[in-house]
Formats: sequence, structure tokens, C-alpha cells
Amino acid sequence: MAEQEWMSEVRAKVGREYGRVYAWDEVNAPMIRQWCEVMGVDNPLYTDADYAATTEFGGIVAPPAMLQAWCLEGLHANNYAPGSTDENPYEVLKTMEAHGMPSVVAVNSDLAFERYVKLGEKLYYTTKLEAIGEEKTTALGTGFFVTLIMSFFSQKPEGDEKVGQLTFRVFKFRAANVPTAAKADDKDSAPAVHKIKRPKPGMSDDTRFYWEGANAGKLMIQRCTCCSTLRHPPAPVCIKCHSFDWDTVQASGKGSVYSFVVMHYPEVPPFDYPNPVGLIELDEGVRIIAGLVGVKRDQIKIGQRVQVEFQSFDDGELILPMFRPVAA
Amino acid sequence: MTDKSLSGRAAIAGLGVTEFSKNSGRTELRLAMEATLSALADAGIDPSEVEGFSSYTMDKVPEYEIARLLGCKNVKFFSQIPHGGGGACAPLLHAAMAVATGVAKTVVVFRAMNERSWYRFGSGTYGFGSTPIFENVNYGWYMPYGFHTPAAWVGMFAQRYMHEYGATSEDFGRVSVAVRDFAATNPAAFFYGKPITLADHQASKWVAEPLRLLDCCQESDGAVAMVITSVERARDLKQKPVIIKAGSQGIAEGQQSMTSFYREGISDLPEMGVVANELYAQSGLGPDAFQTAVLYDHFTPFVLPQLEEFGFCKRGEAKDFIRSGEHARGGKLPINTHGGQLGEAYIHGMNGVAEAVRQVRGTAVNQVADVENVLVTAGTGVPTSGIILGVA
Repeated sequence: MAEQEWMSEVRAKVGREYGRVYAWDEVNAPMIRQWCEVMGVDNPLYTDADYAATTEFGGIVAPPAMLQAWCLEGLHANNYAPGSTDENPYEVLKTMEAHGMPSVVAVNSDLAFERYVKLGEKLYYTTKLEAIGEEKTTALGTGFFVTLIMSFFSQKPEGDEKVGQLTFRVFKFRAANVPTAAKADDKDSAPAVHKIKRPKPGMSDDTRFYWEGANAGKLMIQRCTCCSTLRHPPAPVCIKCHSFDWDTVQASGKGSVYSFVVMHYPEVPPFDYPNPVGLIELDEGVRIIAGLVGVKRDQIKIGQRVQVEFQSFDDGELILPMFRPVAA
Repeated sequence: MTDKSLSGRAAIAGLGVTEFSKNSGRTELRLAMEATLSALADAGIDPSEVEGFSSYTMDKVPEYEIARLLGCKNVKFFSQIPHGGGGACAPLLHAAMAVATGVAKTVVVFRAMNERSWYRFGSGTYGFGSTPIFENVNYGWYMPYGFHTPAAWVGMFAQRYMHEYGATSEDFGRVSVAVRDFAATNPAAFFYGKPITLADHQASKWVAEPLRLLDCCQESDGAVAMVITSVERARDLKQKPVIIKAGSQGIAEGQQSMTSFYREGISDLPEMGVVANELYAQSGLGPDAFQTAVLYDHFTPFVLPQLEEFGFCKRGEAKDFIRSGEHARGGKLPINTHGGQLGEAYIHGMNGVAEAVRQVRGTAVNQVADVENVLVTAGTGVPTSGIILGVA
């Protein structure tokens, strides 16, 4: 598939370097101590000056994993240290957003370190838009993987020195309409989305026979053993003679469409749309609601003859009677 | 009229409404309190005098909390009406009965909901669990097929009605066009200033064939409350009394809630017939007595059989009544002059009762001339209710 024209504007930015973002504070012991406390890190190299003096570093160093923390904006959004760039390395994401890809998920965050940083060092980072992949469809939806590389430097009179880098990758995408299970062989896909199943019918002692019959491929109707009146939906007592005694009979499965609807909106998983549903008058005289199959939405007619068939859903968890048009 | 009759014993003395919106931005309890306090102020009744409440089972604001916040000390009557919009008129009936029998002198009815911003009835997702209580089992006939929205259930009746009587999608559209015309001149309506044409209706997308988008009401946030007291007391209060001339609930043969598909015929609304007979018997009025009506319009198709059940036209002839424009502005029986739930807001029918109050008072924005009696109906396709409001 040819790529959308607006993507050329996005791709033109690949390789671009964005300006510096400075640390608010030089590398300092109080921030290190608090970070270690929050993270549950108890290595005395980071917090015990006497101990640290005896090591090869000769004093306290910052935990490497803390690298990104030094240049963060702080409590308030976009409150970067003085001198920082106001360029936004995420500008391409905004362009994608404007073209129908509003969703984003972070997929990789890889830190690499050149060396430990020591108390008193002043850090900054620059950002490079490293890569934008080909359009991909994962279980989440369709979009692009966007990779940024942030390079962290320590300011030195003799020339700034790189101390580490962060590779940060996001998937910017248009969400799939219907969540489906991810294919096992799709390496790029996010963890499988829970597959939505059809709602199971509520069942009671009055109605269980119907669903057990469906599981056995039989359409069953309740019958009063006192006055032989057939009834659906099933009930504990006869609507005519109020007898509580009943048995069931197997229906022929033949009937006609008494009324119908074709559902279009809202589209609710896992149903397919348009979704035709019939009110079927069985030849035995009772009516039941069921899905229609083998019909075009604009060709369904009241009075159309139909025949039951049993369809299995959700790997056999649910068997439903459905009706298909047959010749009169 | 006997002493036991309900007719003319109680009156609506106060009306309070919030604005209607897609997102009220505040709690339902707050909406209920705003509407209730406004209704009491409108009536000139001190909140501590309230002795009763009636609302819907679907309302999530408990009457005891309203009573506590109002400072009520002597609440002797409270009730809730089930079946969603079918309860739109029944709280008035219950309030009138409580007042007429002297159990409670002053009753507040209310409906407060953040339907649009908090739940959305049309979403097709419900928490029907697996325990064998009746509702779970009953909706088990429909949910596995994805036959799960009010629009779809109404569509099943509408398709058969069209088949039997020759009504068309355009006839449903004419209902929508007429109420949107009223909404267009009602500043409180969501669709204020936005009338539609029949062509707009026909071009709107299918929701559940034979229903199009413009056959379906809105989803709204908002609240309505009213104060009911005796006619004698109402005469001494601030507002012109709106007399409750009749009230009834209705369940007919083969009734279910939205799924009465198993009756001999499904092209009529026999429960509305039950309500009509009782309202006419209580009030001594007939179809000619009304200058305007508020007919429940969550979906357009059910407006037609309502016209038939109340005798505004013969069975199967509502389409002709509507094609002549009798239901529209300037017609014989303009309906839903506030814009209905299609045009003003969907407050489960209680905003329709509010419109009837304004029509009787003579303060409606689309006021009909010389209003003496207004019919109000509640939800269709469900166990329902209706009232007649009028001048003394």
C-alpha cells in the first residue's frame, strides 16, 4: 500500500537533532538519597560518604538508573530548567494525531551508561528523532513505531562528555475497532487483548431445557401437561389454566418471519454488523427471537419462511438457534 | 364524580428544572436538590413542609437524602415507580393519591439523572449477570443475539406496525420533524435553533432498521421536580394551580418490559389503552378535550399507536393524522411542544410533564392558545402511566 502523503512531511524530520534540556540542579547527595529511599536501594555507595570514600570512585556517585531524573521538568509540566530548548521532539506524534492516530503506547525504554556521574556534575541531554518504522498493524491497531534517542552529557570546561543515553520507542496508532486476540507469531504485537464473547443466556429451572435442547441441536417448546397449551418464553405456570405441570416437545424448526430488525449501531463486540434479528412465528404457534442467517439486510420480508439451524459460538461455549430463509 | 375520585383533588403547585445538557458537571443529588428547591420556591412552600416523595426505581438519588437535606421531619409517604420511562406520569398519580387521601399534604416528585455522562442506556452493554433472577433469565432470550438496545426492541414492533398499516419511515420522520420544529424555538432545548427536514430524517443513518438516527431521542443530563398539594391549598399559593384531573398506570395482557413480542398482535399498545380508559373514566373527558398533548417520544414509531389508543384517530390511521400535520405546530393536536425527548432533552419523560404544567399555566415558550386540558403519557413498550393536567 502506498504511504499517505502527509507521512513524507513526518519522515523528513527523521534524523533531526533537538536542542538541550538542562538539569535544574547539579548532581547532589540529597536528591540521590531521596531517590534511593523511594526506590528501596540500600547500596552505601550512593548514600554513605565515608564508605564511598573507600571505593574506587573516591566519593558518592549517582545510581546510573537515576540518569533521566536529573533533567526532568519537575512537578509542573513543561517547567524545564533555564536555557532549555522549547522545541518538542514529539512534534511528529502531533502530526500523526492530526491524521487519525490518537493513541500512543510506550514500547521500549532502554538506558545505556558510559560511566558513573559524581556529585557536582551538571548534566543536559539532546534528543534525536532516530527512526520511524513502516506502517504496522498489531493487536492494538495500525500505526508507526517512533524511536527517539536522548544523549546525556556532563558539562566540562575541556569539552562536554557523554555519560549515557536513553532509547525511547512509542507506537503511535489508530486503535483497532474490534479487539481481537493477537496472533502468536506476530512479534510486534502487544500482549493479547481479551477476546470478547457473546453474552451467555441467563438460565433458571423454568428455562434450562431450552438451552440444553439447543446444545443437543433441538429446538424445544414448553407444553402444559394439563391443557396442552404451548408457551414461549417458558414460565413456571400455564398462562391458560395455571397448572404448574409441564413437559417439552421438540419443534419442527419451521416457521415464518413475524417481524425483524437489522441492527447497525452501536457496534458492540463481538457481534457482526449489520446484525439481522427476527421475531419468528414457529409453525407450532409460538414466537421466538433469534438471529437470521443467509439473508441480505434489504431482502428480509415479513412472512418469509425460515428453518432453524444451530450455530456454535466461542469455541462451542454457546450454541444458539438461528433461522435461515427457505423456499415457501 | 364521587368523593373517592382522584380527579380534581390535587394540583401541581410548583415546578423546578435544571438546564438540560450532555454533561451536567455535577452530581445527580445536586441536580435533584436544585430542581426540588426551585420547585418549592416556585410554589412558595417551605422545604420543611414536605411530607412525601415519589420518583423512579431507576433514579439513583434516594428520597431520604433529599428529605435530610431539605430538613423534613415528618415524611409519611414515599414510593418509586419501576420500568424506566413508563414511570414518567405515575409519580404524579402516587403523589395525588397521597394528597387526596390525606396521608401527605405536600409531596415532591423528581427525576434526576446524568444519563448521558454517567451511563448511556443505548450503549448495548448491561450488567446482566448469571444468577437466575427473572431479569437475567428474561433478557437471556435477547442478549446472546446482540439484540440488546431499546432502539432495536422498538424496531421490532415498528416493523410489524408498518407491515400491517402501511406506515412508512417517512411517517416516523414526520413525528421527528414536527417536534424538532418546536425544539428549534425553545431556548431550553438541546436542538434550539436546529430544525430538520424530512430529507434530513431520511438521510440519517440506520440505528436499528426500521429506525434511523433521527427516530431516536437524545441522551441527556438534567433534573425536573414538582410539588403536589391539595387543590385548596394550591389556590392560596404563588402559581396558578395545575389540577391533576386523572392518573393511571397500565399493564395489559401479555405485557413485558420492552419485549412484549408474544402477544396476539404487536401493532398496538394495549397498556396505553388501559391508561386511556381509566383517564377518561376518572376525568369524564374524551379525546376532544385536549388542546395539546405530550406523548412519550423516546422513539418516533410508538407515537403513532399512542394516538390510536387515546382515540385521536382510528386504529391504523395515525399515519394519516400525521401526514395531515395534525400533530405539528398549528395542527389539531400539537404534541410535544417543548420539542419532546427527540428535541428538548431525555429526562425520562419528566420534562414532558413539566411542559404540560407550563401549557396549563400559559407560560410555555411554544404556548398553545386556550389550553384547558393536557394529556401526558409515559414510556411506551413498557408497563406505563399517564395523567391529565388542566385548569380548575
